[in-house]
Amino acid sequence: MTTLSLLAARTWSHLPRRHIPVLATLALLLVLYGVGVSQYRAFSNIQVVFNVFIDNGFLLVVAVGMTFVILTGGIDLSVGSVVAMTAMVSAFLLREGLPAALVLLIALLVGPALGFLMGCVIHFFDIQPFIVTLAGMFFARGMCTFISDSSIPITDGFWTRMSQQRIGNPGGNFVSTSVLIAFAVVAVAAYTLAYTRLGRNVYAIGGNPQSARLMGLPVGRTRIAVYTISGLCAAIGGILLSFYTLSGAPLIAVGMELDVIAAVVIGGTVLTGGSGYIFGTVLGVLVLGVIQTLITFDGSLSSWWSKIVIGGLLFAFILLQRLLGIRFK
Amino acid sequence: MSNRQAGYRALTTHRLFWPVVVLVVLLAANTAYRPSFLSLQLRNGHLYGSLIDILRLSAPLILVALGMTLVIATGGIDLSVGSLCAISGAIACLHISRQPDQNSLGGVLTALGLGLGVALVLGAWNGLLVAVIGIQPIIATLILMVAGRGLAQLITEGQILTINAEPYKAIGVGHLLALPLAIFLALAVAVLIATVTRRTALGLIIESVGGNARASRLAGIRSGRITFLVYVLSAACAAVAGFMMTANVSSADGNAAGLWVELDAILAVVIGGTSLAGGRFHLSGTILGALLIQTLTTTVYAMNITPQTALLFKAVVVIAVCLIQAPGFRARFARRRTPVAASATITEQPKAQVSA
Amino acid sequence: MTPSQPVLTMTGISKSFPGVRALDNVDFRLFPGEVHALMGENGAGKSTLIKVLTGVYDTDHGTVTLGGEQVSFTGPMQATSAGVSTVYQEVNLCTNLSVAENIFIGREPRRFGAVRWGEMRRRARALLARLDLDLDVNAQLGSYSLAVQQMVAIARAIDIKARVLVLDEPTSSLDAGEVAQLFRVMRHLRDDGIAILFVTHFLDQVYGIADRITVLRNGQLVGEYATSELPQLGLVEKMIGTELRVLERLDEQPRRDLADRAEGPPLLDVRELGRRSAVAPFSLTIREGEVVGLAGLLGSGRTEVARLLFGADRADHGSVRVNGTPTTLRTPVAAVGHGIGFCSENRRAEGIVAELSVRENLILALQAARGWLRPVPRRRQDELVERYVRALRIRPADPDLPVGNLSGGNQQKVLLARWLITEPRLLILDEPTRGIDIGAKTEIQRLVARLSDGGTAVLFVSAELEEVLRLSHKIAVMRDREMVTQLSNDQSLDADRIMQSIAVGAQREGTPS
Repeated sequence: MTTLSLLAARTWSHLPRRHIPVLATLALLLVLYGVGVSQYRAFSNIQVVFNVFIDNGFLLVVAVGMTFVILTGGIDLSVGSVVAMTAMVSAFLLREGLPAALVLLIALLVGPALGFLMGCVIHFFDIQPFIVTLAGMFFARGMCTFISDSSIPITDGFWTRMSQQRIGNPGGNFVSTSVLIAFAVVAVAAYTLAYTRLGRNVYAIGGNPQSARLMGLPVGRTRIAVYTISGLCAAIGGILLSFYTLSGAPLIAVGMELDVIAAVVIGGTVLTGGSGYIFGTVLGVLVLGVIQTLITFDGSLSSWWSKIVIGGLLFAFILLQRLLGIRFK
Repeated sequence: MSNRQAGYRALTTHRLFWPVVVLVVLLAANTAYRPSFLSLQLRNGHLYGSLIDILRLSAPLILVALGMTLVIATGGIDLSVGSLCAISGAIACLHISRQPDQNSLGGVLTALGLGLGVALVLGAWNGLLVAVIGIQPIIATLILMVAGRGLAQLITEGQILTINAEPYKAIGVGHLLALPLAIFLALAVAVLIATVTRRTALGLIIESVGGNARASRLAGIRSGRITFLVYVLSAACAAVAGFMMTANVSSADGNAAGLWVELDAILAVVIGGTSLAGGRFHLSGTILGALLIQTLTTTVYAMNITPQTALLFKAVVVIAVCLIQAPGFRARFARRRTPVAASATITEQPKAQVSA
Repeated sequence: MTPSQPVLTMTGISKSFPGVRALDNVDFRLFPGEVHALMGENGAGKSTLIKVLTGVYDTDHGTVTLGGEQVSFTGPMQATSAGVSTVYQEVNLCTNLSVAENIFIGREPRRFGAVRWGEMRRRARALLARLDLDLDVNAQLGSYSLAVQQMVAIARAIDIKARVLVLDEPTSSLDAGEVAQLFRVMRHLRDDGIAILFVTHFLDQVYGIADRITVLRNGQLVGEYATSELPQLGLVEKMIGTELRVLERLDEQPRRDLADRAEGPPLLDVRELGRRSAVAPFSLTIREGEVVGLAGLLGSGRTEVARLLFGADRADHGSVRVNGTPTTLRTPVAAVGHGIGFCSENRRAEGIVAELSVRENLILALQAARGWLRPVPRRRQDELVERYVRALRIRPADPDLPVGNLSGGNQQKVLLARWLITEPRLLILDEPTRGIDIGAKTEIQRLVARLSDGGTAVLFVSAELEEVLRLSHKIAVMRDREMVTQLSNDQSLDADRIMQSIAVGAQREGTPS
C-alpha cells in the first residue's frame, strides 16, 4: 500500500484525478507480478500470464458488462446466476439434441432478455437496482435447478472443440478461444463507451442523472440498455464458462457477482457512477487473477485468503475513491 | 354499506394485509396438500409439527431481519450480516472445540462472548465506514460481505468444524416449556429490541434520521452516533443468529453458514412494510415477513421441489412486494383511477417544485 | 435600441394550480438584442411564467408567439429545438465529463455512428472563443469554478441556435468577479441579437445589465419598464406592493410599543461573521427579549444569515459570543446547546419529518437535546403536546396524525412548538408566515410578541415589511448578500424608509449599531 500512495502522491500534480485509481491498479498489478516473479521461478513464464486470462476470461466478460451498469451508478447482482443459467440452458438444450448454433443463439438471448426486463422495472417503477437485480438473481438461480438438480455434461462437438482448441506460438505458449472472445468483447465495449452516444450517455447519467435528463439525453433508454448489456455479457460469460467446464451445473458461479463487482471497483470505476474505464476493469480482473495464481503458487496459503485480500483491496480502493471525491469538492 | 366499504378499504390498505394474505394462502395450500400439516404432537414433553418447525427454522432469520430493520430504518443497508453469522458461529465453535470438556457451560459461555465480541467489533467497523467516513452503506458493508466469508473460512481453516457440546447445541435444537428454545431466543431479542427502541427515544430518533436526515440535523440530532449504533446492533443480532445456525447442525461451515441470509433479511424487512428509503420501521412486520419467507421455503420442501427452485418463488415475491410499495407503480395506478388527487399532490407545493 | 418586432410575445397567460392562481392574465414581450429582467418576490409567478415559456407547464389561457408564429411547447426539449434555451440556477451539466462534451453531448458530431472527438473539440473551442472564453475543452468540467460551469451551460444553450436565452437566477452563487465575467458573456450575446430573459434577485445586477424590466406580483403583471426610467426605489415598491400594505394595516392589532431594548444584556453578539459566496461578513447584536427583524428581498442573504447563526452552515469568517463568552456555532447541535432554535423556511425538506406524528415532531428537538437514553416520559409528552396544540391551535388537534397530513400553517405551528418546548433563549424564524393562511399568520405574529415579552429573543426573517415593522425592536436590512444597515424601530420608521435602504443600500440611511 505504501508504494501505492507514494505513486499517487508523486503524480498528483500532473494527472487528472480521474486517472489516479486506474494508475493505482496498474501499479498494484505490477507489484503483484513482481512479487510473483521474484518469489517463484516458474512465474516468469509467459504462459502464467496466459493462464490468468484463460482462467478468468469469463470473469472478464462479465466484469465488462458490470462496468456499464456501475458507470450509470447502478448495480447488477444477477450476473453470477445468469452465468450459471446460461450454462445450464446450453447444456440442457444440447442434451436434448438441438444443433449447436441454435443453442448458442437461444443461450445468448436469455440473459439479455432478463436484463432488459430488470432494466424496465428499474426505470419505469423506480425501484432500486439492488432489489430488482436481487430478484433477478433469485429467478435465474431458481431456473438453474428448475432445469436440472444436478450437473449436465456437454459432449457436443463444437463445445469440446472450443474447449480444447489452443491458439499459440511454436514455443508452446497458448491461449484458448475464450480468451480471444473475451478480448473481442473488451474491444467492442471500450469502443462503445468511448465513441458512441450510448457510451457517452452512460457516463453522463452516472455523473448526474437529473442533468442528463434536462440535457435531453435518453436516460430511460440508456438505463435499460446497460442492464441488457450486462445480461448479454453475463450470457457470453456463461457460454465461455461452459466451454471451460464442458458442463452446466446449477450451483456454479455462486457469489461470482461479488468478485465481478470487486474487479470493477479495483479497476478504478467509481461505484457511484460516472467515472471509470474498461481498461481499468481489465486490470482489476488481472489483479484478482494474479492474486489467485500467487496463492496457488505458494501452496501453503489457502484459497480463502483471496477473499480476504479482495475485501482488503475493495476497502483500500473505496477509501481512495472517497478521498479523491472529497478533494473534488 | 359505505361504512363496511370503508372498513374493507382500511383493511386492504393496511401494510400487513398482503403479507398476511400470502401467509394464510401458503398455510392453506400446505394443509390441502398434506392435511397433517396443521397437526401438533406431544412427544417426550416436546411439541412437534410442521408449524413448530417453521417457527424454529425462522428464528435465525428473524434475528438477522430485526437488526436489518433498524439499519434500513436509518436509510442504510447491511450486506455483511451473512458473513457475520458465519464468523461469529465459527469463532464460537472454534473456542468450544478447543475446550477439554466441550460440555462445560463456562466454556460455551466464553465462546458466545467471544463470538459476540468479534461481531460487535466488525459491526463497529461497518458503522465507522458509514457514519464517520461517509461511504454509502451498500458499498461499505459489501467489503465485509466479501472479506467476511474469507475470515470465517480462515477461522475454520476451510474445514467444517464439528463440535459436540450439549449446551451449545441447545441454542439451536433445545427445548423449553415444550417449545424449541430458538423460538424463545428470537422472541427475547425481539422484545429486547422493541423495548430498547420504543422505551427509549432510540426508535424515534432512528425514524427521524431515516425519514428526513436534513430536518433531523437541524433539530439538533447527532445522527452519526445513531447510524453507528444501528450497525453495531445489526452485527449483534447477526452474531446470535450465527450461533443458532451453527448450533442447529453442531458444526461451523465458514462457506455455507448464513449464505443468502442478508438477502432474505432485507426481503423480510421490506415485506414487513419498512421502506427501503428509511423512516418508520415495523418490528412486528419484519417478524411476519421472516415467517412468510420460512413458510415459503418449508412449503417448497414439503412439495418436493428442490430448495433452489424456491428462489424462483422468492423472486416473484420480491418483485410483487416491491411493486406494491413502489411510489412509481402506485402513482401509475392512482393516476388511472383518481387523476384529480394525483395532480393535487404534485402541485400541493408549487414552490418546492420550482426550486427543485 | 429595441427593434419594432418582439421575438417573443406572451399574451394573457393564466395558469392555476389547485388552490393557487399562479398567473393571472400576464403579458410579456421580449425583443431581440435586449436583456430583459423579470422581477418579483416569492409567489409572484416568475418561475411559473418561465415554465410556461419553456414548455414545462401548459397554460390555462393565453398564447405564446415566437418569431411571429404561435407556439405551444410540450416540453423543454421542444422549446430548445425551437430556439428557446434555458440555463438554470443549478448548473445542469455533468461535472465528470469534459467541457467539450458538456457542450455537445446528445448532439455530438459523428461519422458512421462514431463520435468525432477532434471535430467536437474544435467546435467547442470556436464556440467558447465566440463567448470570449479561454478554457481547456479537454478538462473535466468539475475542475472549473461554478461561474465557468455556468458559462459552459450558456455555451451549450446558444449552440442550439438559440433566439431566446432564459437565465434563471444564474448569479445566485457567484462572486462579484464571476458575475462580471458572466455579464461580459451576456453582452456579447445581446450584441449578437439574442434576446435574454434574466431572472435575478440582485438589484445592482438588474441595473448593471438589464435594458428593460417586467415586474410581477402575486401572479399579476405590475408593468413593463425601461430600466433607465424606473428608479430602484420604484422597483422595490412595485415588487413589494404598497396597496397591499395599506390593506393589511387595517385589520391588525395596534403596533406594539417597540422602544429599543438597547439596555438589555446582549445574548448573541457576532462580529464580522460571514461565509464565502453566501453572505458578506456582518455584525449583529441580539439582546434578551429583543425581536430583530431581518428585511430584504428574496435572495438578498436573509436565509444565509439565519443559517450561519444556527450553525446550519459553517461560517468561514468572524467571531461569535454568547452571553459574552466567545464560542463557535459550527453545528446545529452546538447552537442548540446555547439555547438557539431555528425554523427553516423550507418546511418540508428541512423542518418536519412528514411520516412521523405530530407528537413525535413536537418533541423531536427536546428529545435530541436530552439524548436517546433519556426519553421524554409519556406523561410529560402528553402534557407538552396538549399544551402546545392548544396554545398554538394546531388543527386537527390529533397528536397521532402524521404531520405531513396537516396544512402548511399547522405544520409551521408544529415546528414553532418543537422549539418552544425546548425553551430557547433565541429563536430564529426564517419566513415563518410564508405560504400560510391569514389566521395562522396572525397567530404566529402574536406568538412572537408574547415570546419577546417573556424574555425570549427572536430573529424574525420575513419578506413582508409590515410584519417586520409590527414586531421588531430593531431591523437589519439585507441587500445583495450584504447587511447594509440596522434601523432602530422607533415611531419614525416606516416601510418606505426600509424600502429605501433595500433599494439604495446604506448610503442614505445609517444607524449602525
